[in-house]
Amino acid sequence: MLGYTLRRLFAAVPTMILLIAASFVLIHVAPGGPFTSERPLPPQVLANIEARYGLDQPMWKQFWDYLSNIVFHFDFGPSFKFKDRDVNDIIAQGFPISLTYGFLSFLVASAIGISLGIAAAIRHNTWIDYFAVSLGIAAQALPNFIMGPILILIFTLQLGWLPGGGWNGGAWPYLIMPVIALSTSYMGSIARITRSSMLEVLNSNYIRTARAKGIAERHVIWKHALKPTLLPVISYLGPVFVYVLTGSVFVDIYFSTGGLGQAYVGSALSRDYSVLLGVTILYGGLTIVVNLITDLAYAWFDPKIRY
Amino acid sequence: MYKLRTSAIATLVASTMLVAPAFAAGTHPTTGEALADDQTFTYRVLDEHSSVDPQVVEDVTGAEVVRDLFEGLMNQDADGKLVPGVATGFTTNDDKTVYTFTLRDNAKWSNGDPVIASDFVYAWQRAVDPELSSPYAWYMEITSIENAGAVIAGDAAPSELGVKAIDDRTLEVTLSAPLPYFATMTTHSTMFPAPRSVIEAHGADWTKPENIVSNGAYVLTEHLPNERSVRERNPMYWNNDNTIIEKVVALVINDENVALTRFMAGELDRTEVPAGQYPRLKEENPDIAISFPRLCNYYYTFNLSEDGPEVFKDVRVRKALAMAIDRKIIVENVLAGGQPEAYSFTPAAVAGFEPPESEMASMDQPARDALAKQLLADAGYGPDNPLKFNMIYNTSEAHKKIAVAMSQMWKQKLGVEAELGNMEWKVFLETRGNQDFDLARGAWCGDYNEASTFLDLLTSPSGYNDGKFSSPELDALMQQARTSSDTTPLYTQVEYIIAAEQPVIPIYHYAGVYMMDSDVGNWPVNNVEQNWYSRDLYKIAE
Repeated sequence: MLGYTLRRLFAAVPTMILLIAASFVLIHVAPGGPFTSERPLPPQVLANIEARYGLDQPMWKQFWDYLSNIVFHFDFGPSFKFKDRDVNDIIAQGFPISLTYGFLSFLVASAIGISLGIAAAIRHNTWIDYFAVSLGIAAQALPNFIMGPILILIFTLQLGWLPGGGWNGGAWPYLIMPVIALSTSYMGSIARITRSSMLEVLNSNYIRTARAKGIAERHVIWKHALKPTLLPVISYLGPVFVYVLTGSVFVDIYFSTGGLGQAYVGSALSRDYSVLLGVTILYGGLTIVVNLITDLAYAWFDPKIRY
Repeated sequence: MYKLRTSAIATLVASTMLVAPAFAAGTHPTTGEALADDQTFTYRVLDEHSSVDPQVVEDVTGAEVVRDLFEGLMNQDADGKLVPGVATGFTTNDDKTVYTFTLRDNAKWSNGDPVIASDFVYAWQRAVDPELSSPYAWYMEITSIENAGAVIAGDAAPSELGVKAIDDRTLEVTLSAPLPYFATMTTHSTMFPAPRSVIEAHGADWTKPENIVSNGAYVLTEHLPNERSVRERNPMYWNNDNTIIEKVVALVINDENVALTRFMAGELDRTEVPAGQYPRLKEENPDIAISFPRLCNYYYTFNLSEDGPEVFKDVRVRKALAMAIDRKIIVENVLAGGQPEAYSFTPAAVAGFEPPESEMASMDQPARDALAKQLLADAGYGPDNPLKFNMIYNTSEAHKKIAVAMSQMWKQKLGVEAELGNMEWKVFLETRGNQDFDLARGAWCGDYNEASTFLDLLTSPSGYNDGKFSSPELDALMQQARTSSDTTPLYTQVEYIIAAEQPVIPIYHYAGVYMMDSDVGNWPVNNVEQNWYSRDLYKIAE
């Protein structure tokens, strides 16, 4: 297992370099640059600015400088748009925010989603099943850009219970709506996948054997059925974990949380090369790590899988 | 040396000095209104500010913060008129090439150090220094300060800039050409002073709340990028006793509809009204929904460059297209925010500007339509030979609505087939800048309250002239205006040329359309540049 993990981490290095190179080229190829503006800068001023950010260097040199600064100094460079801050600052400020509401959303979505799915499967074709399935479908059909406005209208404007946005250090009244908005549709999907997976497992031969042996139903479910049920759920949860952790652009924009998703999209629109690359690298790295964790988790859930 | 020290300025200073301090939970010293206990002003901003470094900031949002944190030589009052800031006044020589500012002796930085003339010298040199490479370095160049261009180009050292501290309280500025409105230009953030010792100690981090030292009525106390920035009273500010607002909070809310909801929920004192919603909001909240003219124009520009379409080189075609647009429908039905219709390039609200009585402005719409048909027919276009071209705009719901309305008006009245193309902002700027279009949207907000900030756009050498219109006559008039003491007739003359040549189609002039809580006192609706200072505001007890 250790050997496997090391091999995977080693293989991640060329993947990351490829990701950085591809993003670097794509960003620079996109029309317009960080200093293209409605008020075109006088040539001399533009030349001074480009020299300051190294944009007057040939592309390979820019790429090399960028890469070596990351590798040797862990410095992702200055932001081209926010002149008082550098990329490390922006990520250090925005990522914990995205992480907080993202992780909470992940917990809420998985806990409620899995419970609903299991309840529906073990009470198959009863009102509990119908209720869970309807709730799951409704949740799935309510993406966060629909949930957001509905929540704000109800809890901020009508009832006046919750602030309509902001972060305030992550105080709980500021967290409730972002977490609900972000977790509902994932919760619906998780419930659906869990339910069908559990039904399949409950109909398998070894469960029939276990029941025939007279093992208590509770024991059958928890001891024998749960782990295999969760395998497909985990392969779904892996990417979901990365999505929610890196923040949602919509939640950031709609609830003004100050999270990283907004910085990411903003940097793409303003051609803030360094911020865009920095966040891409962060997302890429996270994806690689979480995929690895997901694969390792398989081995724990399924004894047939060995690395 | 001719003395221009305005007595009005002296009177104003004297009168503000006489006013007694201490307002909290009291009444306003001049209006007598009861003041609210909580003097916090909270407003919405669309985007995170780019910087709060006066020499670096380039966006309106950032400039609003900087105007509270720092104070320049001169300020603007609620009507946009020039009033003293750190300087108590100034004198100028006969040909207006040397300005001498006298600084007040009680101006202090927030760390208690006095604000002295060399703080301005340092800041201005910094603004043109290639090492800082300020995106607003060009502003220093248009102030005509001696050697500004050469320093920016790296041909002269920053110390050669035409500004020097005669002593701690006297600042002397030498211009390379006479500029009657130089003092007005010192109200811009690029020309605010900068604290040398702090900048040298902290480098680019000097603007962080824990490091920043500023000389304005407020200091930056909290900054959560993309979420909020907070500024609080600076007890060291020379006029702190007359400041009423204690705390100013700027909340970043990208979505204007969310901002409106949060305003309605009482979280904000000010927000923008989304396009088209003003009539409804005004009816429901007459005291709160407000609209007033702004110094911005909205137009479409013809591509008159060599790469441009041949048909637009015919002035009759340009005029026909401009005439056939029913601006009343656009401002009343599409925008619906009290925007004025535009028949001149420069907004009528600009100081010292008289719009020309052009042919188009004096006609009614049916007459314009008839003339448009006639002109287009004369140019050889009609139902059998329809005029075709593309028009581009940057992606936005409001721009799209206007473009659709325009193309429909042309289609119905003239049989013109305009193909609409929307582009993401940076792609749009590049396409327009490369003259890769037939007709393109444009908009411009004045950098200062003077017609040249608009009309310079249409001069041949202007870097902003994306339509590449070129008129030697117009260029000569603009050149003449730079040194003239009476510019009004010259600018009107320039507008007559624009009306005759029609290189652009003015559509409307902007209005500031806000939801403003009725307990906010003294919002400067008459300051067309919307240069507002939190220290002039107050919150009225409800």
